[in-house]
Amino acid sequence: METIKLKIDGIEVECPKGSTILAAARLANIEIPTLCFLKDINEIGACRICVVELSNGRVVTSCVYPAEDGMEVYTRSPRILEYRKKTLQLLLSNHRRECLSCVRSGHCELQELCQQMGVDDEAKYDGVKTPSTLDDSAPHMVRDNSKCILCRRCVAVCEKNQAVGVIGANERGFRTFIGSAFEMGLGDTSCINCGQCINVCPTGALYEKDFTDEVFAAINDPEKYVVVQTAPAVRASLGEAFGLPIGTDVEGKMAAALRRLGFDKVFDTNFSADLTIMEEGTEFIQRVQNGGKLPLITSCSPGWINYCEHYYPEFLDNLSSCKSPQQMFGAITKSYFAEKMGIDKEKIVCVSIMPCTAKKGELKRDDQAGAGLPDVDFSLTTRELARMIKKARINFLDLPDEGFDDPLGEGTGAAVIFGATGGVMEAALRTVYEILEKKPLGDINLTAVRGTEGIKEATVKVAGIDVKVAVASGTANAKILLDRVKAGEQFHFIEIMGCPGGCVNGGGQIQQPGYVRNNVDIRALRAKALYENDANRPLRKSHENPEVQKLYKEYLGEPGSHKAHELLHTTYKAHKINEFKF
Amino acid sequence: MACKKCSVPFKGTPEQEKELKAAIAAMKDEPGSLMPIIQKAQEIYGYLPIEVQTMISDETGVPIERIYGIATFYAQFTLEPKGQYQISVCLGTACYVKGSSLVLDKITEILGIQPGQCTPDGKFSLDSCRCVGACGLAPVMMINGEVYGRLTVDQVPGILAKY
Repeated sequence: METIKLKIDGIEVECPKGSTILAAARLANIEIPTLCFLKDINEIGACRICVVELSNGRVVTSCVYPAEDGMEVYTRSPRILEYRKKTLQLLLSNHRRECLSCVRSGHCELQELCQQMGVDDEAKYDGVKTPSTLDDSAPHMVRDNSKCILCRRCVAVCEKNQAVGVIGANERGFRTFIGSAFEMGLGDTSCINCGQCINVCPTGALYEKDFTDEVFAAINDPEKYVVVQTAPAVRASLGEAFGLPIGTDVEGKMAAALRRLGFDKVFDTNFSADLTIMEEGTEFIQRVQNGGKLPLITSCSPGWINYCEHYYPEFLDNLSSCKSPQQMFGAITKSYFAEKMGIDKEKIVCVSIMPCTAKKGELKRDDQAGAGLPDVDFSLTTRELARMIKKARINFLDLPDEGFDDPLGEGTGAAVIFGATGGVMEAALRTVYEILEKKPLGDINLTAVRGTEGIKEATVKVAGIDVKVAVASGTANAKILLDRVKAGEQFHFIEIMGCPGGCVNGGGQIQQPGYVRNNVDIRALRAKALYENDANRPLRKSHENPEVQKLYKEYLGEPGSHKAHELLHTTYKAHKINEFKF
Repeated sequence: MACKKCSVPFKGTPEQEKELKAAIAAMKDEPGSLMPIIQKAQEIYGYLPIEVQTMISDETGVPIERIYGIATFYAQFTLEPKGQYQISVCLGTACYVKGSSLVLDKITEILGIQPGQCTPDGKFSLDSCRCVGACGLAPVMMINGEVYGRLTVDQVPGILAKY
């Protein structure tokens, strides 16, 4: 590879030809601040925070300006520091500054930069503000453009990572705002509720709809029996809200915190992830043996389900009819658990903690009321749980490690890896293999489907059949894979997760600033925590979960039984991309 | 949240739709063809209502938001049709000091539309402009090229009634 040499702040740097100044600086461990920059998908030089000075006196945006041989660059000259401060003051002049009450305060990228750059007069350039509205039309999130700085990160992830593209910049100049076509609310578009836009927003302009007050109220209502479940990926991110490194598994402290918050039962979605494998694995075997529709495609991710219904309705018959683990959990809580414990199911409030924003929409879908009541009542994101823990003044880091409650707190290693892309496939294959081969699987670590690549493929020999599987995460990758299937490629089983990297990088996880996202693979770090959690469990196959076995024996009968279908399966509806609800 | 729908019901014909679809089919595989396609659509329909933008989105696979972003960025595109009679009120300096904004207000009141819009029956569309070169006649407005000068607010209803 051809390299060039340049000097940045007096330090000699060698970098590949074609690098930007920003990338070259990073090689020399010089961190140039950025606000709009997202590696590979949003390199547009819009915010002008990353400006640097060249030896000829020119000021350029380092995120897009190519490094040249012999160049001298100054990233922290007095002139540059003054430029950055002024740029921030100009951004603040059109920003609704309510830092004391803002949901993003304390971990806002704009706020952090203002402090670092010594912005002392935040109202310096105050004048007319761009008119803006608050869009709360979507089931999962709110857009408050009065805090938007037009960095376009949300637009980039929506169009490039997710192949959705329902938001963009409208109008021009001072009137420019991020929104949808014809000023429709997000809820009137084909938004898939994935929440990836929230994850990358540098300010408090995008945030999930918060239901923590409702959950606090339910907990404090003596008439209610409040049950909580936590998705696998939550334990791999929650600690970040309390200063722990990315990828710290806080399962034990999380269970302890939930108990201290006052939930009547602290359960684990791992239980219903194992249940999902029993139902979906059975569905797969039946489809293969009876000539059913293949490939079978997983249905755990509601972002993916929304995408499939709107963008690839021709694949609806390929979707597993299984509800997601969140919904299965609710259905079992309000039927089996309620009956077993002698609790009136009407009194049960089922709360889920999810790495996901689409789950807020999922619980309102049709055909998600197995016991005649909504399966799940409130779905909170990992961020909302962190907020509840802070509000209750629980010293998270000082908590002991505790376990989950019986019986719905029991989960296997196969369930915990649901949170990483490829995890559902691996879990399903562990079980399908043993059911069909009637002997233990040799090495249960199916590493071919692990890793953060957007599309992974493997062929596994099961009962004399070469089972071809594929895994995609991020709906833009799903689009590529599905187009290949449409063109005639054959697969038996496909796992699709709506978010890139799977649930560990879900739209409800703890937000990491751009400078972290650009430099470390948070998906891989969080996934590692889940795979270690799996490796350390005594039981690592869903069909070995004793509580799931008991559930079938005492209540459901066989996987795929009539009762199981009533409680644990659902239906889908075809939509169009441009189908507007006014 | 309400959608910014056009004030005039869409009256596209099958012939227009056929023409647009043929144009898109011919152009869509070329890189950078979105702008020419949007221009063609405006040429065929005269404006770019949601129905037309939806057609472009469905036929090209481009998200409608990207089309709308372009349509609202460039001044050459309009989301509102032009009426049978196009009213243009001059808000240039001379007309303005002679009270043309009051004339504009009166027209807005009578027709029930804002500048940039068209009446639901498609009869009148209303715009403001900057100087038509008839400052001696200020305040001035034009309706389909016919100039009305030395206007007073009281004359407005009578002039509109002629159309």
